[in-house]
Amino acid sequence: MVDLSVDLGFLKLKNPVLTASGTFGYGLEFAPYLNLEKLGGFIVKGLYYGPREGNPPPRLVETPSGLINAIGLQGIGVEAFVAKILPKLKDLDTAVIVNVCGEAEEEYIRVVEFLNSHKGIAAFELNISCPNVRQGGACPALDPGTTFRLVKAVKRASRLPIITKLSPNVTSIAGIAAAAEEAGADAISLVNTFLAMSIDVETRRPKLANVFGGLSGPAIKPIALRMVYQVTSRVKVPVIGIGGISSGADALEFLLAGARAVEVGTANFVDPDASLRIIREIGEFCELHSIQRVEDLIGKLETNTNAIKKVTKYERH
Amino acid sequence: MMRAEKDNFFIAPGPGFWYFSRGPETAMMKDPEARIANVERWGNYRLFSIETPEVAGRARPGQFLMIKVSSQLDPLLRRPISIHARENGRVEIFFQVAGRGTEILAGKEAGDTLDIIGPLGKGFSLDERLKGMRVLCVGGGRGIAPIYFLAKELCAIGALPVVLYGGKTAADIPLRAKFEEAGLPVLCSTDNGSFGFMGFVTGLAAREIEAHPPAFLFACGPDAMMKTAARLSGERNVPAEFSLESRMGCGIGACWGCVKRIRREGQEGWVKICEEGPVFPHDEIVWPEED
Repeated sequence: MVDLSVDLGFLKLKNPVLTASGTFGYGLEFAPYLNLEKLGGFIVKGLYYGPREGNPPPRLVETPSGLINAIGLQGIGVEAFVAKILPKLKDLDTAVIVNVCGEAEEEYIRVVEFLNSHKGIAAFELNISCPNVRQGGACPALDPGTTFRLVKAVKRASRLPIITKLSPNVTSIAGIAAAAEEAGADAISLVNTFLAMSIDVETRRPKLANVFGGLSGPAIKPIALRMVYQVTSRVKVPVIGIGGISSGADALEFLLAGARAVEVGTANFVDPDASLRIIREIGEFCELHSIQRVEDLIGKLETNTNAIKKVTKYERH
Repeated sequence: MMRAEKDNFFIAPGPGFWYFSRGPETAMMKDPEARIANVERWGNYRLFSIETPEVAGRARPGQFLMIKVSSQLDPLLRRPISIHARENGRVEIFFQVAGRGTEILAGKEAGDTLDIIGPLGKGFSLDERLKGMRVLCVGGGRGIAPIYFLAKELCAIGALPVVLYGGKTAADIPLRAKFEEAGLPVLCSTDNGSFGFMGFVTGLAAREIEAHPPAFLFACGPDAMMKTAARLSGERNVPAEFSLESRMGCGIGACWGCVKRIRREGQEGWVKICEEGPVFPHDEIVWPEED
């Protein structure tokens, strides 16, 4: 029996697979398709303090092996979440993480202060990286100084651990991650979506009403993986890898690159039970290779030539 | 290749990989190996008959399926396809090639299997009070798809549906014979007059509403067509329901991608049509301005 559990220090997960915010509704949408308690955890859709209208449609465009979205964080707000959703989630035997949004620092703090006292939330994921809610794709995670100030302020207000979710739309991802760590983030998750666009050549119009959107899906996986590796090489806090994960092998790449857990996102749209298949495939891989604990794979990327030979041989059986 | 999860909550007895939600309100499921039993082709239109008894058993007119067109990563997303008919453990889908996804789907043959999720969404209201009443069912282009299922179910409750079927040309109304064979009264229109009434199907609808005001109007088609139909039903005080179309990411309410403008109790907002639609009453839809 493979031990799939991973320890984030502040939170023990029964397996390394979480579902990414914005791709898993408030969790309950998926109850018809999978047992939520089989997940390492799930991260509910980003919450502002109040309800949020979101962007006008079209909000989606499919691109090769990818999806550009400009939803604009439509959501019900914290009060409705606590009244209608949380009571149905709080007794689940899995980690329920709330993705926290804000127009400005005060709103992030209001959200965290409102949710602090409610039972059933394992941690906050600080969304400082949505590209669809400010002009031109701007967000706090584009700048280390802004990231530092915001994480510090929210960390001070929060009674729960803070996972800071980073944007890939930066020159030096490791620098931003270091700023978040220094500000007191308990963990770092990356990447949010890549700022992108698509044009209809017939009408000469952008395919998204918002013009820009965020690219996700298998198309971004190699870039996300590189960024996760750069961040795990730089910071000491646990890192959660996100970006186009749609198979157990994809998840294992992120674990080998040093991520302690992963978030499955766009794959949930394609197969509502994709996360459970990914957990199963990770287990099958470990069994096949006689790995007793999935934690033994974390950060075990081999970069010297001799070791690469050994790995090739070991893959044969 | 996708396989069903062994460790899900709701495992149905019997063969195959099925799982259910608890209540009838959200009775949808995933069938990764629904077999295509029959394929009919007209130009870029296709009619598939798909063996999927559990999905068929739960299907209601106006609901849809999310169909995986490729087992690879591109195209990535499932395609929403409305349910056209239900018969003996099968559902039928009728669709038009409109892009890469439907093009791949159109290439499937009888004997191939499809990975489907469904039935999804809220369908048309089948109100017992329509018994003995004349009901107009308007379908434009591929929007005719759910109208067949709807008209059959309306007959089953004793209503008297009249189907108005519009297309660009005679080649765009391939299901006319099928409606006739099913004994459903069908009036056709073509934009160029190559068959039936010349003009838009809404012109035909205006004529019919004028001649014999119906008790109810149902419509599915392009937004512009339905907007006109909504104006007609409004002018004549004919209650109506419209099936909306949108790009969908997931079909299950998770992505917030498929929203349309809906007004309820004076409040307007973006509403997910996969979850709360795709069918909405006429007085809830805020039709987009022409652009």
